[in-house]
Amino acid sequence: MIPLLMYILIFVAAFFIVTKVVRGAGISDYTSLKTVTFGDESAVRPNRAAGIISILTIFLMWGVFTGSTLLPGFLHAPGPFKGDTTFTYTAQADGATDDATVSIVVYPREEPTDAPEVDPGDGFAKNDSVAIAQWRSGLVRVDGNDDIKKSEGAQVIAINGQRIAPGETVSVENGTVTLSDKGTPNFAPTRGWQMEPLYLPAPEEVFTRTLQIASEGFRNFTLLEHLGFSLFRVVLGFLLGALVGIPLGYAMGLSDWFRGWFDPIVEFMRPVPPLALIPLVIIWAGIGEAGKIILLFLAALWIMAIAARSGVSGVKISKVHAAYSLGASKWQIMRHVIVPNSLPEIFTGARVAMGVCWGTVVAAELVAAEQGAGMMIMTASKFQNTDIVIMGIILIGVIGFGIDMLMRWAERILVPWKGKG
Amino acid sequence: MTGLSIDNLSMRFDLPDGGHVQALQDVSLDLKAGELLSVLGPSGCGKTTLLNIVAGFLAPTGGVMTLNGHQITGPDAERGMVFQQGALFEWMSVRENVGFGPSMKGMPKNDKAEIVDHLLDVVGLQDFKEKAVYELSGGMQQRVALARCLANDPDVILMDEPLGALDALTREKMQSLVLKLWKETGKTIILITHSVEEALLLGERLIVMAPRPGRIHKEYRLPFAELGVNADLREVKKHEDFGPKREEILNMIWDMEEEIMGTKEDAA
Repeated sequence: MIPLLMYILIFVAAFFIVTKVVRGAGISDYTSLKTVTFGDESAVRPNRAAGIISILTIFLMWGVFTGSTLLPGFLHAPGPFKGDTTFTYTAQADGATDDATVSIVVYPREEPTDAPEVDPGDGFAKNDSVAIAQWRSGLVRVDGNDDIKKSEGAQVIAINGQRIAPGETVSVENGTVTLSDKGTPNFAPTRGWQMEPLYLPAPEEVFTRTLQIASEGFRNFTLLEHLGFSLFRVVLGFLLGALVGIPLGYAMGLSDWFRGWFDPIVEFMRPVPPLALIPLVIIWAGIGEAGKIILLFLAALWIMAIAARSGVSGVKISKVHAAYSLGASKWQIMRHVIVPNSLPEIFTGARVAMGVCWGTVVAAELVAAEQGAGMMIMTASKFQNTDIVIMGIILIGVIGFGIDMLMRWAERILVPWKGKG
Repeated sequence: MTGLSIDNLSMRFDLPDGGHVQALQDVSLDLKAGELLSVLGPSGCGKTTLLNIVAGFLAPTGGVMTLNGHQITGPDAERGMVFQQGALFEWMSVRENVGFGPSMKGMPKNDKAEIVDHLLDVVGLQDFKEKAVYELSGGMQQRVALARCLANDPDVILMDEPLGALDALTREKMQSLVLKLWKETGKTIILITHSVEEALLLGERLIVMAPRPGRIHKEYRLPFAELGVNADLREVKKHEDFGPKREEILNMIWDMEEEIMGTKEDAA
């Protein structure tokens, strides 16, 4: 809740600062002269400042709530309690009461610490000491060293002077004490607002882990090999899919027999998510390379076939007529009119197919693989290496984005006539 | 015999509901080599169907067509076509578009380049040779379409409202260009248009078609095309016969339109 409010606050504050206070940062080109911008889609373009602030905010929030060392300390959200603290309990036995102090040392999980030695003190209730890890809680068996034990009728009736009954909770300095059903106090140190590294490691930890994995590798393969294997599968599966799918799409666009024969198959297979094929492919081809290539081939095949088919159907009939009346043969029309005319559609299909293949390969590797980006994050999660999981997700995202950019670039270079017909 | 001969041409489309449309009925026409015919008529009179049949894109349900003595059965380079717009190949440069026909015939590179250069000079696009066609204005694109058609040296040029999408000023310039090309090349041209003025200016012969069923309603022989070859088209429009002819044809077409509306109202 607090992070969400903070995020909204930054969003609103940045909006007012950038648009109202820093006037110069506004748009100053032709669009700024438009009086109607609400409803004019062409006048809405991503605000560059907003984009930069948005990304910075994500890292800022990440750092704030993980206690990142990249940020100055005063920006950190309150962290979990660490150090020594105490509370007193009041025990009652045989009509008499006695107070005793519990000394607690709360230690970071990676630095185990022993409970300190304490003076037992006087009375039938003796002082206790206990060591508890951050973000954890611990039962304090206060009667363990007392003269009158719980089994002999001793009862904890108050914490820090506040009366308490089993199941109730009392706030004490640096934590809370809950009396268990059986009457034993349970101390939970203050957690603060930060995320436990197990759930969300700090950015710099992910970064150093990335460097470490890049140099040492992960599970017998280097980072590049893991990513390379995933990419290799995608490229090979996609190429095979395109190799079969594009001619199939052309045949479906040019011959009614092919269209009739393959329409039911393509239309049925198109809505089947490739992920649903994973179990079947594993049964047929096992978890090795062959299975993954087959899966990606199937993922790309239908998309490419449909793209090529609609590319052919999209040829303006006047272009074909013009070519015929200029004396072109069927083969020449195929080569000089139909193929170039369908290339933009095929490129759009290829972009979609590459995206789908990338998602499918990661999913397939999550299920079963010896190496690959998906296998890396799945294995890491089993060992609670959250930093590797986050690193993997970021790398998968970056590569997916890179693939899309590459396809767009290729499209601009190879089919500059797209959308110009 | 030379020239295009159309004899008792009929075209009947069957409709999915069991009915049919008689798009053309008993259309007969003889066109000598080098004649320029403009075809005018209300929408639905079968102008475009007629052109598509002559081009060979449609097989008529009745009648025979011959060009220079042989029967027309399908599309061929002897009959070039210029479309309204969007029929250029946007993946090719202006030069490649114009050279498309010669390339298909496997003409040697040098001969092809010579033809292309000459035609680009004729239509005034020499400076745009290497541009992509989508970088040109609508008028320039139609010049490319004309040049592309001429590069193939067809016997007959079929024009399906080639200037229909252009603005008035560009249109007038293009009309002069069409007349100039007609005179210089001596091609037989059939030009379909919606504009009465254009039909009068460009048609050495003019036929007005009537709808339901599509047929030739009236035929004219006009002097304006000859006059326009050497004169400003605006001067031609001031010719004493031009205005009355235009009114006559406009009235004719208006009557046809009203008749169509009338039959529709009767049906309703």
